Amino acid sequence: MSSNRKLEPSSLSLNDLPWQIVYNNDRCSLCGQCTAVCPVKAIELSVFQKRIIKISIKKDKNQVNEYDTFYGISQKTRVENACIGCAMCTLVCPNDAIAPIKNPGLDRLKFHVNQQGIPRRRGGRRNSSQSILDRIKFTRISMLTDPALDAGRHEFEMRTLLGRVLSPRENMKRLREKGWIPPVREIYPLIIGGMSFGALSPTMWEGLQMGVAYLNEELGMPVRMCTGEGGCPPRLLRSRFLKYVILQIASGYFGWDEIIHAIPHMKEDPCAIEIKYGQGAKPGDGGLLMWHKVNKLIAAIRGVPAGISLPSPPTHQTQYSIEESVAKMILSMSMAWGFRVPVYPKISASSTSLAVLNNLTRNDYASGLAIDGEDGGTGAAYAVSMDHMGHPIASCIRDNYLDLIKIGKQNEIPIFAGGGIGKNGNLAANAAALIMLGASGVQIGKYAMQAAAGCVGTEEDRCNVCNVGICPKGITSQDPRLYRRLDPEDVAQRIVDLFVSFDTELKKIVAPLGRSTSLPIGMSDALGIDDHAAAERLSIKYVV
Amino acid sequence: MCRLFALTSNDPVSPMLAIKALDVMKEGHDGSGMGLLLQGLGGPFEEMKEAPILSGIFSEEGIRRLDLFMMDQGFLTKYKISLKIPKKPVEGIPRRGLYLIRAYELPEGWDMLDQDEISKRLMLIRLKIREMGEEKKDMIVFSFWPDTIMIKEIGDPMHLAEYLGLDRKELHARVIMAQGRQNTNYAIDLYACHPFFIKGYCTMTNGENTAFTPIKDFLTSRDFPGYSGYQSDSEVFTHILHYSMVGLDLGIDAYKHVITPLQEDDLQKHPDAQFLSHLKRTCRPLIIDGPNCVIGTLPDHSMFMVQDRKKLRPGVVGGKPGMFGFSSEICGLDAVIPDRDKTKDIQPMYIDTAIVSPERQEVKICRQTASLNLPL
Repeated sequence: MSSNRKLEPSSLSLNDLPWQIVYNNDRCSLCGQCTAVCPVKAIELSVFQKRIIKISIKKDKNQVNEYDTFYGISQKTRVENACIGCAMCTLVCPNDAIAPIKNPGLDRLKFHVNQQGIPRRRGGRRNSSQSILDRIKFTRISMLTDPALDAGRHEFEMRTLLGRVLSPRENMKRLREKGWIPPVREIYPLIIGGMSFGALSPTMWEGLQMGVAYLNEELGMPVRMCTGEGGCPPRLLRSRFLKYVILQIASGYFGWDEIIHAIPHMKEDPCAIEIKYGQGAKPGDGGLLMWHKVNKLIAAIRGVPAGISLPSPPTHQTQYSIEESVAKMILSMSMAWGFRVPVYPKISASSTSLAVLNNLTRNDYASGLAIDGEDGGTGAAYAVSMDHMGHPIASCIRDNYLDLIKIGKQNEIPIFAGGGIGKNGNLAANAAALIMLGASGVQIGKYAMQAAAGCVGTEEDRCNVCNVGICPKGITSQDPRLYRRLDPEDVAQRIVDLFVSFDTELKKIVAPLGRSTSLPIGMSDALGIDDHAAAERLSIKYVV
Repeated sequence: MCRLFALTSNDPVSPMLAIKALDVMKEGHDGSGMGLLLQGLGGPFEEMKEAPILSGIFSEEGIRRLDLFMMDQGFLTKYKISLKIPKKPVEGIPRRGLYLIRAYELPEGWDMLDQDEISKRLMLIRLKIREMGEEKKDMIVFSFWPDTIMIKEIGDPMHLAEYLGLDRKELHARVIMAQGRQNTNYAIDLYACHPFFIKGYCTMTNGENTAFTPIKDFLTSRDFPGYSGYQSDSEVFTHILHYSMVGLDLGIDAYKHVITPLQEDDLQKHPDAQFLSHLKRTCRPLIIDGPNCVIGTLPDHSMFMVQDRKKLRPGVVGGKPGMFGFSSEICGLDAVIPDRDKTKDIQPMYIDTAIVSPERQEVKICRQTASLNLPL
């Protein structure tokens, strides 16, 4: 703009943006790949004018005053075109001529992402790299008091139980009397948490499923994956692979018409049913699939019209009390599969989690409790929910586990932890810490997207456009031009890599602690942290 | 790693036999303590099989408080042994008060009670005395049970035996368990000294228990007052034994299935696969991760040895009809039963439970892959 024009309140300069494009004109070949790939059209081909003035004190020399033009890339500063830092331009540039860099100062974009009165909505994460889990150390190392084990060669049984486990006496009584014993699944303690078909692209979902099937059938690792709230493709419902799947039902009941109708045709029972009451990224808010992603296929699977946004209610509509929402729903879902399938609720971590847990302890049909912490990711949510709502996972899991110990039911209701596990790349260490704090297993989402599909999101508000279907990696897009970038076979391969390497790292943690024959759930004496208040809060050792 | 020796004999023998075995395994303990259990007592106690015997260490004030308390409960002293301590102190052995071994008449009215109720009351009284002692530091109680004596003290086992004068006829027993401690804690608490005893079940263990915390959490939440203490991570082995045999009505052949269940492939091939899968799941927090060798006795005076899944600790069982020894090392066994057929010595492996029944005729090996006597 020129200096004498009027300014709009949201007229921003490059300096106001969180991500700034650094562009080297000398290296650019003007191939146009960067502008084509940019998901938010933050950059464009521009014509620049340059004035060249050459003057000399010698009279006989020509004085030059001419204008030259050249072509290059310019960054837009409009709010809707602000660079998201995904660096796809860098990825496609053949000459390393372009890259986004994080604004080292405070950006001003944040004050303007509410045009037309609509607050910012995004996908992704909380955008905070702080992690109490990363600070937990494993301090109880066996060396001479006990021989440390060889993680590479010793035998390990690193499995967990999903399902209601009765007390030994009650279980024996029911065995004797041939009574009903709740179903229990023996599974791998790292679970791929609920990410829906719809939130994820078809190629990503297919890749995850193939990876899970390979881990189970070729490597003997009983890995399970949750569907999230979006139904399940009909062919999968009728296949033998359903046993590796945890079907999720949430407040929108999307896809459940299809699932219920498929029950008589199921060759296998699903691994479990997860009833989602809340998620860590947006506690107290329902699921959200924005209209951009509701194409014909997604609409068909979910049983809704295409092209409309699908906000799930914040609560199940049958709910007017915890008895209704938890007890009756668990019972209904159990009944649908003849009491052969574990059914458990998933809630967001909250200071009210204990109340839910206490309610579950009195319900024989409740098979566990999944708790999702504030660092949980999502495909779409209001930024204010993601940034400010929720409860850290570590203390919530600990409180719940210690509560179960008080009533002697710590082995009876498994607690699964989710939200921010491996957020800074330390997946096995974070998972082991949560298990030793009392979790029976952990659920991951973002980590799988990053490791298995190259999601570019980071805790620095990078990308985060999963909600509008323009995922540059094709992970969360329903646009074939984008999701074709992702080969499901490659995703499957990376899922296998992820689980196999996690398994080795988990053994590298538990072996020096002298543990191999059972998952060290609640082995809190192995943990220490360099923060006195945190140590006290988590009932672990304070170490400096 | 501590050294352990247990002896089971048809005829009462001197506890010095077991202490001699500890002495030859001396490089494995450091004088930080000895624990001794004597059952199937000979001598005067033979005539009073029903009378509970209180074993412990008491200061003068402690004895006064004990007498008042026991009288209050209606117990009368029936018989006692005084262990006379030399006036001259022995290096490495602390000076304490009275080492008490006292048999009591059951209170009036208790003969109307069934055995379970009597057992429960005896345990609660032991726990109460322990609590009183911990409060004023004037009483330490090891056991309060019929036909059972326990002695624990810091010091080299042989020096302790001389110091306490253990080579006496009144202490001859058919079942003897002895542990020489290898201390890995700076503060030595006598309550951390093996063997551990609860209602007729007794075990001693070597090796550290890496799964201690979840096991302790499980036991303490069973709403059973006897599952307490835990100054040593090995005390849980005794309580798991009691829980599996009394709480779950299982046999000794199932103990190993509780502490070190079979892995999935072997489990599915087992004749009792269904039962064992359920047992493994429901008792999951009781899985020990070793490495541990556990030696124990049951109320019927059967004696057993089990190894954990890793089998990283030594342990050997051998003997002759009428007398069998369970030892950390072969040299310990050689010192006590040199005339046995050594070719029949057994070193139980990771799926074995070695059991000598009260008849003491042979060592029975119960393999974990064999079918079980189930309470179904």
